[in-house]
Amino acid sequence: MPNLEHPAYPAATLLHLESLVPCRESQVSMLLSIFGERQQLSFPSIFIYGHTSSGKTYVMQALLNTLQLPHVFVNCVEYFTSRLLLEEILIQLQSSSSETEQTYVPCDNFNDFVRLFKQAVVSQEFEDQTLYIVLDKAEQLREMEANVLPAFLRLQELTDRNVTVVLLSEIVWELFRPNTGCFEPFTLYFPDYSIGHLQKILSQNHPPEYSADFYAAYINILLGVFYMVCRDLKELQHLAALNFSKYCEPVVSGEANERDTRKLWKNIEPHLKKAMQTVYLREISSSQWERLQREDGEPGQLKGLSAHTHVELPYYSKFLLIAAYLASYNPVRTDKRFFLKHHGKIRKTNFMKKHEKTSNHLLGPKPFPLDRLLAILYSIVDNRVAPTANIFSQITSLVTLQLLTMVGHNDQLDGPRYKCTVSLDFIRAIAR
Amino acid sequence: QQIQEDLNKQLFDNLVSFLRRSHSEFQEKTTEWTCQMKSREIPTAALVLGVNVTDHDLTFRSLSEVLQNNITPYIALLEAKDCPGIKNLMQKLMGQLMNCYIDVDSLEDEDYVQVSQNRIRCSMSSLINWYESVTKKTDCETPRKKRTSSSRHWQSPPVVVIFKDMESFTTKVLQDFIVISSQHIREFPLVLIFGIATSPMIIHSLLPHSVSSLLCIELFQSLSSKEHLSTIIDKLLLTARFPFKLGEKVLQVLINIFLYHDFSVQNFIKGFQLCIVEHFYSQPLSILCCQLVDAKKRVNSLSHNQCENIRRLPSFRRYVESQASDKQIALLTADSYLKEIIQKLLEDLHVYHENYVSVLRCLHVFTSSLPKYPLGKQIRELHCACLENQVWETEEYESSLQLARMLNKSDLVTMLQQCVEIFVSSSGKEFDKTVEKLKEFLTQFQKLEDAFQERDVSVSSQKELQKKTDLYHLQKTLLELKESRRSKKLTKFEMLRFEVVGYIDSLVRNYLVPADRKTLHEIVYFNTASVLREHLSAAPRIALHTALNNPYWYLKNQALKSDGGSISNKAPDICIVYKLHLECGRLINLVDWLEAFSTVVMAVERPNADAASSDQVDDVIHARFIRAVSELELLGFIKPSKQKTDHVARLTWGGC
Repeated sequence: MPNLEHPAYPAATLLHLESLVPCRESQVSMLLSIFGERQQLSFPSIFIYGHTSSGKTYVMQALLNTLQLPHVFVNCVEYFTSRLLLEEILIQLQSSSSETEQTYVPCDNFNDFVRLFKQAVVSQEFEDQTLYIVLDKAEQLREMEANVLPAFLRLQELTDRNVTVVLLSEIVWELFRPNTGCFEPFTLYFPDYSIGHLQKILSQNHPPEYSADFYAAYINILLGVFYMVCRDLKELQHLAALNFSKYCEPVVSGEANERDTRKLWKNIEPHLKKAMQTVYLREISSSQWERLQREDGEPGQLKGLSAHTHVELPYYSKFLLIAAYLASYNPVRTDKRFFLKHHGKIRKTNFMKKHEKTSNHLLGPKPFPLDRLLAILYSIVDNRVAPTANIFSQITSLVTLQLLTMVGHNDQLDGPRYKCTVSLDFIRAIAR
Repeated sequence: QQIQEDLNKQLFDNLVSFLRRSHSEFQEKTTEWTCQMKSREIPTAALVLGVNVTDHDLTFRSLSEVLQNNITPYIALLEAKDCPGIKNLMQKLMGQLMNCYIDVDSLEDEDYVQVSQNRIRCSMSSLINWYESVTKKTDCETPRKKRTSSSRHWQSPPVVVIFKDMESFTTKVLQDFIVISSQHIREFPLVLIFGIATSPMIIHSLLPHSVSSLLCIELFQSLSSKEHLSTIIDKLLLTARFPFKLGEKVLQVLINIFLYHDFSVQNFIKGFQLCIVEHFYSQPLSILCCQLVDAKKRVNSLSHNQCENIRRLPSFRRYVESQASDKQIALLTADSYLKEIIQKLLEDLHVYHENYVSVLRCLHVFTSSLPKYPLGKQIRELHCACLENQVWETEEYESSLQLARMLNKSDLVTMLQQCVEIFVSSSGKEFDKTVEKLKEFLTQFQKLEDAFQERDVSVSSQKELQKKTDLYHLQKTLLELKESRRSKKLTKFEMLRFEVVGYIDSLVRNYLVPADRKTLHEIVYFNTASVLREHLSAAPRIALHTALNNPYWYLKNQALKSDGGSISNKAPDICIVYKLHLECGRLINLVDWLEAFSTVVMAVERPNADAASSDQVDDVIHARFIRAVSELELLGFIKPSKQKTDHVARLTWGGC
C-alpha cells in the first residue's frame, strides 16, 4: 500500500489524511502530485468521475480541508442557474478567510464574474497560492448557458490567476464535451469500492461501546445480505445503523457473548432479509422500522406503501378509464366488432380481443381522440349517460391525476387526443 | 339563513376532528424527528386523500391552520401549477415562508419588505440564513414573549412544506428540491407533506431510488370520501334537529352525482345548500320550516293569504277530506281553528321525525348484517327506500324479514342490545315501552339459554340411565331423543325469534311511514328534483343543441315557434346553417351548403323568383352565410379541412 508522500506537506497531516480516506490512496496521491506545492501553478481543470458514492465529494473535501488549501465548494444542483452559481462562488470566496462584511454583488454573466473574481482574489490575498473551485454534480452545468462549462474549464487562462477548477460528476467526460471545442481537462476515474473496501470502510466507524471485531463481524453479515442488491455506501451505512441495535440484542440480554458469531448470525439474518424487503425499498420509513424493532412486533401489521394500491374512483370515472384503456390498446378497426350491439358471435370476439391485447401490450398505449373515448363509454355503460359537464370535467381530472395524458395539440377545439397510462392490473382492479 | 351557517360549522368540525386524528400521531412524530436528524433523511408524510380533488383545498387549509396553531408558524403550501421549475418553486416557497414570518410578529416588517424589494437571491443558503435569524431572534426576545412562543412551538420549529398535488409536479422539480433540501436538513429542519390523490405508488414512480432514499416517508390515510359522506348524511339528515329535510328524489340526485361523478363532499354540501335556498325561495310556506317553538309562534301570526296557501296544499286537502263534515267547514273557513290544527299537525310531524330516525337506525341494525344486503348496506340507502314508499310493501323488505327470521341467536341478541341503546339515547318519549319490550326479549333469550343448559344436563343423566338396555334400543331411543330435543329447541327459539321479528315489523309499520303521506310535509321537505338536476348537472352540448335547433326555447319569439322538422327561414342564420349541417356527412361542401342556405332564406322572401336569378347568389346572403359558418367554427362544430378544397370537416355527431 503506497503511503502518501509529498514534500510540500508535513507527514503528520498526510498520515491523518490517509486515515480519513481509506481505499482511495492511489487517487489521493495522484491528486496531490497534480496539485503540487501551494504556490505552483496547477492543472487548469480536473474532471473526476465515478459511480454514485464512490467517494468523490468526500475525498475532495477531506483533501482540501486537511491540507487547508483555499477552496470553494459548490453544488450545481443547489445553485440551479448560472447567476446563482457564480454569485455563490463569489460569496464563499469573500467569506472564506476574512471577517469583512458580506456585500451582495450582483453577477449576471461570466464577464462580470471574471472581473469580480480577480478583485476578490486580490482582496483575499490568494495570489501566491492555488485556489480550488470544486463544482459538485457538474452534469448540471450542461443545462446552463452554453458558455459556462467552457469558461470554467479555462478559468485559469481567463482570469490569469492561479486557480484550478475541479468538476465532480457521475458521467464520463465524453458526454460533456461541447461541440465548439474547449479545453480538455485532466480526467481522473474513481472506481467503485469492492466488497473488501466496503467492509473496511464500514467497519471503521464502529460504536465505542463495542469492539471493532464485533462490529466488523456484523458488517460482514450485513454485506452478505445486501451486497447483491445494493453497493451504495451511504445506503449501506444507513442500513447498518438501523439494524445494529437488533444485532446487539442477544449480547445485551446476555444470551450470547460477542464471540458467539454463529448465534448472532442466526438471530439477525431473517431480520435483515425483512429489512431488505421493506426499508431498503422505502416501503416503510426508517423511523417506523425503528419503532417496530423496539416493540418487536410483526411487520405484517404495518403495511408498506405499495400495499395501498387500490384507488377509489367515482362510478363514471371508472368507466371512463376503462373506455380509455380499451381505446388505447385496441385498434380502431376492431371497435365496430366489439361494441356494436347487433353482432352475433360474442364468444368469438371475446377470445380474439384477448389475443390482440397481449400483442398490443408490448407496443404500449396509442393515442385516441376524445370522440372515440366517449363513443366507447356510451357503449360500455349499461344505462344512458347524459353528456353533462361533469363527464368532461372528469376527463380533465383524470388527466391531472396522471391516469390519462393528453397528447399532441393544445387546442381544445381541435379534438384533443389522449393516451391511457395505467397498467392492465390497475384496470383489472377497477373493473371488478 | 342560520341553518346554513350551522351546516358549515358542522362540516368544519367534522373535517378538523378527522384531521386531528391523523395528525395527533403526526405531531408526535415531528418531535421525534427533530431529535433524530442524524441521518440525512427528510421526514415526509404522504397523505392519501382520495380522488375528490375539490375537497382537498379545504382539507389543506384546515390542516395548515391546525399545524400553525400547534406546531410551527412556518408553513408553505405549494401547488404544482405555480411551480413549473425549481426556480419558481424556491421563489414561491421563500415568499410564503417570509410572509408567514411577518404574520407571526410584525416587528420586523420593514426589514423584510426591504429584502424582498431588491429581489432576494432565491436559494437555499439565503433561506437558511433567514431561518437562523428568525430562530435566533426568538431566542433573544423578552422572556415573556419567549414563554408564550415556546408554549406553543418548541425551539427551532420545523418548516413544513406541503405539496398539494403531488401527481402534477414535474419529476425534475421534485427531485431537485429533495436533493437540495436533504443537503441542508441539519441547518434547516424541513418536513414535507405530499398530498396524494391516487395511490402512494406514485412516489415510487415519480422519484428514483436515489432520491426516495433521502426521504423518510410515513403514510397517512385519510377517511375515504364515501365514509365522510355517510357521516355528513348521518349528522345532517338523520336528526330531528334540523327542520329542513330532503325529499327522496332530491336526495337520490345528490347521492348519484356524488357516487357517479366526483366523490366530492364539497359539491354535495353545495347541492344541499342550493336545495335549502331553492326551498325557501320557491315555497311560500317555508317560513314554518324552523324549530318547533318558533314555528308555533309563527303559526299564530299567519295572515289570511298564507292560511289559504296552506289550505291549497295537497296533503292538507287529503287531511281535510278525511275529517268529519262540520270540522271540514271549520277548517276551510275559520283561520283561528286552522291555526290550532296546524300547530298540532306540526307537532305531530316533529314527533314523527324523531321516531322515524330512531326506528330507521334500528331497522338498519337489522338489515345491515343480512347476507346480500337486500335493503342496502348504508343507512342512506335505507333512508331513501323508506322515503320512497311504504317500505313494508316492497319485495326487498319481505326478503330481508325472511332472512332475519333465520338469524342465529348471538347475532340477534347483540342486535337487540344495539337497538335498546339507540332507543334509550333517542329523545322520543314513546319509546319507553319499546325499550321495555326489547329488554323483555333479551331476558327471554337469556332464560332460553339457561334452559338449554339445564336440559343438556338432564339429557346426559337420562343417557346414563339407558346405558343398560340393549344396543338396538339404545340407538333408537337416542335418535328419538335427539330429534325431539332438536325440534323442541327450535320451536321455542324460533317462536321467540318470530316474535322479535314481528315486533320489529310492527315498529316499522308504525313509524316508518313515508313522509309524503304525512300532512303538511310540503313545509319541510324539498322535493323538486328536476330543478336541482337542471342546476347541478350542466349539459353544455344539449343546451347548445337546443339553442341552435329550436331557437324558440331561448328567444321566446312567437315567430320562431315551429313544429320541428322543417327549417324556418325566420330563425337566425346560424340556426339555419346548423340545421343544414346536421344533414351532412363528415366533409361538407361549402358551395352546396351555401346553395341550400340561400334556398331556405329566399323561400319566403321571393317565393316566385325565377330560376335564373337564384343561380346567382346575392352578396348579402353570401356574407350572412360566411358569418354564420365562421360562428359555427368558433363554437367548435366544424373546422377547415385540408383534405379537399372548399370543404369543411364536421366535428360533432349526434348523440354526444
